[in-house]
Amino acid sequence: MKTSLKLMAASSLFALAAGSAAAQTELRMMWYNDGIEGEVMQSILDRFEEAHPDISVTLDVVPYQAVLESLPIQLAAGNGPDIARVTDLGGLSEHYLDLRPYIEDPEYWETNFGPFLDWLDPDGDAINGFMTQLTVTGPYVNRTLFEQAGVDLPGEGATWEDWAAAVNEVADALDIPIPMAWDRSGHRVAGPAISQGAAMFDEEGNPALVDEGLQRMAQLLYDWHQDGTMSLELWGSVSGSSYLGANEDFANANVVMYMSGSWQIPQFADTIGDAFDWWAVPAPCGAAACTGMPGGAALAAIADTEHPEEVGILMDYLAQEEVLAEFYGRTLFIPGHLGLAEGGIEFDADDPRAVHALETFAAAVPGISPVAFQLQGYPNNRVMFNALISRLNEAIVGELTLEEAYARMEEDIANQLAESNR
Amino acid sequence: MPHVDKTPVNTGEMLQNVVAWPIRILFKLLDYPISAIQRLIGIRRMPWLFLLPNLAFFGMFVIVPLFMNFAYSLTGGTELFLRDRPLTGTEQYGFLFDCENYADPVSCREDRFWKGIFNTSVFIFFQVSFMVLFSLITALVLNREIRARGFWRAVFFFPVLLSPVVVALIWKWILLRDGILNAFLISIGLDRILFFVSPEWAMFWAVFVSIWAHMGFYTLILLAGLQAIQPDLYEAAEMDGTSKERVFFRITLPLLWPNMLVVIVLALIKGVQVFDEVYVLTGGGPGTATQFIVQYIYNTAFTNQVQNFGLASAASMVLGVVLFVLTLTQLAATRRRDNG
Repeated sequence: MKTSLKLMAASSLFALAAGSAAAQTELRMMWYNDGIEGEVMQSILDRFEEAHPDISVTLDVVPYQAVLESLPIQLAAGNGPDIARVTDLGGLSEHYLDLRPYIEDPEYWETNFGPFLDWLDPDGDAINGFMTQLTVTGPYVNRTLFEQAGVDLPGEGATWEDWAAAVNEVADALDIPIPMAWDRSGHRVAGPAISQGAAMFDEEGNPALVDEGLQRMAQLLYDWHQDGTMSLELWGSVSGSSYLGANEDFANANVVMYMSGSWQIPQFADTIGDAFDWWAVPAPCGAAACTGMPGGAALAAIADTEHPEEVGILMDYLAQEEVLAEFYGRTLFIPGHLGLAEGGIEFDADDPRAVHALETFAAAVPGISPVAFQLQGYPNNRVMFNALISRLNEAIVGELTLEEAYARMEEDIANQLAESNR
Repeated sequence: MPHVDKTPVNTGEMLQNVVAWPIRILFKLLDYPISAIQRLIGIRRMPWLFLLPNLAFFGMFVIVPLFMNFAYSLTGGTELFLRDRPLTGTEQYGFLFDCENYADPVSCREDRFWKGIFNTSVFIFFQVSFMVLFSLITALVLNREIRARGFWRAVFFFPVLLSPVVVALIWKWILLRDGILNAFLISIGLDRILFFVSPEWAMFWAVFVSIWAHMGFYTLILLAGLQAIQPDLYEAAEMDGTSKERVFFRITLPLLWPNMLVVIVLALIKGVQVFDEVYVLTGGGPGTATQFIVQYIYNTAFTNQVQNFGLASAASMVLGVVLFVLTLTQLAATRRRDNG
């Protein structure tokens, strides 16, 4: 009798515990960090959990490489997270959840995230998520070095050649090892190539990477690596399409000019601070334009989630104007919310360099070439970026001639697109 | 007056009993089903029963993936699951082997695959040759009566215990533009060397680091072989006044040869599989100078936006065939050694 009573008590306790566990839905969010945004997001999620005790959210912070390489496999296998922060916006669109049935006011989303929703769903009108940041590629210079060398910063409308001459003058005067550095990324090369007249697509909208504009930019990059304007150690020391940033070299004042983008602002504000004047400058010009590439990261809901209603509640919470105003303000990210972009964000920055950089990149948005927007919205744009950077790099280190590299770029793109269209 | 047992309590024995008790119970419990199975299948078939868990594990994680990999190599597209992938027959193999001149990777349609094969061959040639040579020299030295012999054996074996990523990171920090080696070169008045920009230097360091990391393991195998050689043979040679060179070439080397063969084949197999150390150390660069065949497979399957599992599987089947041949050679060598 005693034993049966004990068993009954134990099973009741177990049922109670199981019941309370079942009442709380756990959502997993895959996230990567460029700066402090993980910290900011966690504090917002803590408040969300307080307001919604039945939903808990785990922020899984992973390296950026995992988002690029592991997430697509996880999604294809149906083992992905409920929500993920992604940069391959259109490339993963088949795995996104259409949030329309689960959010309160789809019109709010369309009004404030309209143009960016197409990046996530190029072929439809789904609402899959929102931009955690809008980015624009562009260069930074070490203005302190320019002042010490007595060289004037090239002004508005200066070409890439003008900048190359100026940074070489500074580097020669002060014995700086790297006059100019670029992130090793096809995305970073695309903006300047478009400035030189690259069209990127043919008349039917099919990818057509190699043309005179791209060749002009590729030739410049090739020459700069041969004459020492750019260090072979950065692009030449790895293979394939591997990303390599020069942010640490720039922060250590080993670089005069660094071609990267707006996402570096919070990191530079943190790591460089007032050690020297790191200064964002407008995108240098080519024959056709003076453009950078738009881009950014989005927080997207994943279709395989078992809790679409809860995902909808969370996304509605995070997409609120006041929540996003806090997120963009604290992270120093350019807002991907049209209402906030129009009204202006109160950035949590008292560093004049950071404020200037934010203003410079925000001012660059209206001047971004339509070709750059088309390329950013193209779902297979990474195929083009990877072919460009890997083959150009093989030419730079002397394994291929530039002509061979151009032919290989086109073959790589054709082969990969043919494989994906099977 | 109650009787008090003054026999001293053996704590060790008590502990042993306490620990052994659940094991004894477990064995007793196992005894019933195993005896029943033995009665059912007979004692001669019992070894299969004990092999079954290992066979199941091996089958699930080696044989099944091997066949799956082969099946993937006959398909195309980007879908992950085999059932969703279109059958392409031997098209992926045809793509890999479409070459105008096999000696010139640039003339091949999939040039990076052939560059991977070429780079792997160069790596293996130097890595295996020098690894065997240095392991042999080290084993010969450590086999002598030197002071602190145990310490030196531990020193040479220590890198084997390190993770390949740790090994590569340590050497990367040493070899970078502002690394320790360049600081040393500058301190003695020499110029800085950008090791990872030159294809020759990058290959040299890939080989060097690999030898540094794995030499201890092969030294140990050769040391065991040296210690198995009968001392009488050396004593007889000494009494005959044989020169040291002759002793080495006529006694040591022939008797050590079976071990040497195992070392060579094992080093070859490991060399063909090289990936992690070099990937972290050089990233495959500069250009494709240190991109080996396994990195090609990894890049093709995972780092491109269009993840080409079919082509990567075909390349790994080619690699599998090479490894299979090497493994058979190693088994034959081991058998020869065991048979004396």
